[in-house]
Amino acid sequence: MNTVVCLKQVPDTETLIKVAGTSIATDGIKWVISSFDEFAVEEAIKQKEKMGGGKVTIVSLGPDRAIESVRTALAMGADDAVHVNDGAYYEKADPYATAQALAAGIKGLTYDAVFLGKQAIDDDAGQVPAMVGELLGLPVVTQVIKFEAAADKKSATVTREIEGGQMVIDVPLPAVFSAQKGLNEPRYASLPGIMKAKKKPVDVKNAGALGVTAGPMTVVKEMSLPPARQAGKIIAGDDAKAKAAALAKALHEEVKII
Amino acid sequence: MAGTLIYAEVQKGEIKKGAFEIASKAKELGGDVAACVIGKGAEALAPQLAKYGADKIYVVDGSEYENYVPETFVQAFVQVAQTVQPSVILTSASAQGKDFTPAVAARLNVGAISDCVAVTKEGDKIIAKRPMYAGKAYAMVEAVGNPQVISIRPNALGAKEVAGAGAIEKVAVNLDASKIKATVKSVEVAATTEPDQTEAEIIVSGGRGMKGPENFAMLEQLAKLFGPTATTGASRAAVDAGWRGHSYQVGQTGKTVSPNLYVACGISGAIQHMAGMGTSKVIVAINKDAEAPIFTKADYGVVDDLFNVVPALIEEIKKIKG
Repeated sequence: MNTVVCLKQVPDTETLIKVAGTSIATDGIKWVISSFDEFAVEEAIKQKEKMGGGKVTIVSLGPDRAIESVRTALAMGADDAVHVNDGAYYEKADPYATAQALAAGIKGLTYDAVFLGKQAIDDDAGQVPAMVGELLGLPVVTQVIKFEAAADKKSATVTREIEGGQMVIDVPLPAVFSAQKGLNEPRYASLPGIMKAKKKPVDVKNAGALGVTAGPMTVVKEMSLPPARQAGKIIAGDDAKAKAAALAKALHEEVKII
Repeated sequence: MAGTLIYAEVQKGEIKKGAFEIASKAKELGGDVAACVIGKGAEALAPQLAKYGADKIYVVDGSEYENYVPETFVQAFVQVAQTVQPSVILTSASAQGKDFTPAVAARLNVGAISDCVAVTKEGDKIIAKRPMYAGKAYAMVEAVGNPQVISIRPNALGAKEVAGAGAIEKVAVNLDASKIKATVKSVEVAATTEPDQTEAEIIVSGGRGMKGPENFAMLEQLAKLFGPTATTGASRAAVDAGWRGHSYQVGQTGKTVSPNLYVACGISGAIQHMAGMGTSKVIVAINKDAEAPIFTKADYGVVDDLFNVVPALIEEIKKIKG
């Protein structure tokens, strides 16, 4: 089974965000694969193993540094990659522009499925999977927590998370799938995997070379930090019971929630 | 039309509260307000939207709309949008809305601004405020396309009833069946009446300090006491330990929530967790470790063993409620 995985490099979740202009300060940031994209990478590799071969191609839009995350995915077991390396395009890219670049990188590849994370954990927009599907003219199933391809690779039965439950869907392949937590447990790259990854082919192109002309449809005008939250009061009391009583009283009289 | 078209989501035979919130926002932005409600039995629900400011309500009703199937709903909504020609489209960033909104935007060949917590108007441009990095930062974003497609986080805005009667029009949609490739095999929704964490007004959440899955029963009991708008949540530690399903997870790789009250039980308050619940109006922390970072953000802190505090709290609340 041949698959494409779209991957975004993002700041590690431990990062303390600082604002710089209409973006964030990038000094000292540890860059990692967005966690939902890790599920996408894992699923693609898992399907290749299960379906008796095929190829996993990583497609990523990002500046020079993104290659490290691409190599991590190759070390996990992906076979090759398209790195849309275009710092200027990436800097202004909103989900619409990102989807344009990714779809351009995917066109021309041979695949049965495209996997992406349900959202990148930096901008949290969650739009790219649907937009990539639209641009490729393929059906999209988001929030996938279980994926099963038919033996002939002509269709897949997937379970997607919906509010308060699950929905099972049959969809013809090729199609686009966005990964939700619960789909799998991403593997770690092995040492031999890391060595092999260094030699795997990465096709580096800028947006212009891929024929992408569409720009962003949304513009960030201002970036700010949320108001700092102050520590409130510690409820005093002789024992847990007294503290619970004082808390209940505060919720009743001050917060007026009971 | 230089007005707004809202998408009113139907779930379990009811229009979701988020639809009334975006209808109220659309009214406040000015201009004509049109609503589109899609679902089996939607016609009977349509008049409710008029109470929140919809001047015109387009109804797409029929058995093919019993379950939310993205392509079907997107086609229906886009046909209504092409008739209405709004300058702004508002949707709710619910679980369904997160799937629906970018697909609609892509079909209309524009971008979208998702999961916004505030929306203002400058001239005929909408400026939307949205959290990024799970709430560690906020961006003010302007849409340059037409229409401007914006999804609003549930609970972020209030719903306000207004006088007025909207005209209801039933729309016959021409679905292009060749494009509807996915078929729904089954839908399984828990019988619970608990709201989704992103829409709950009160969340009682448990972390590593809960020690095991069985102890979440007391958090469920506490949530139940708070009423029908309350539910339970969990930290990543509790989810990764397998004590709670991942749909309960609050934090950067789980759900970002903003309830009126967030009760954190046995949660230390890792940066990823605090990002996901930091905008809660009131935070209560119960943890026996006085050094836990959660106490730096909590409005009310109880430093004690949660296994003694929570049962006592349940009794005290019962007393107050009589």
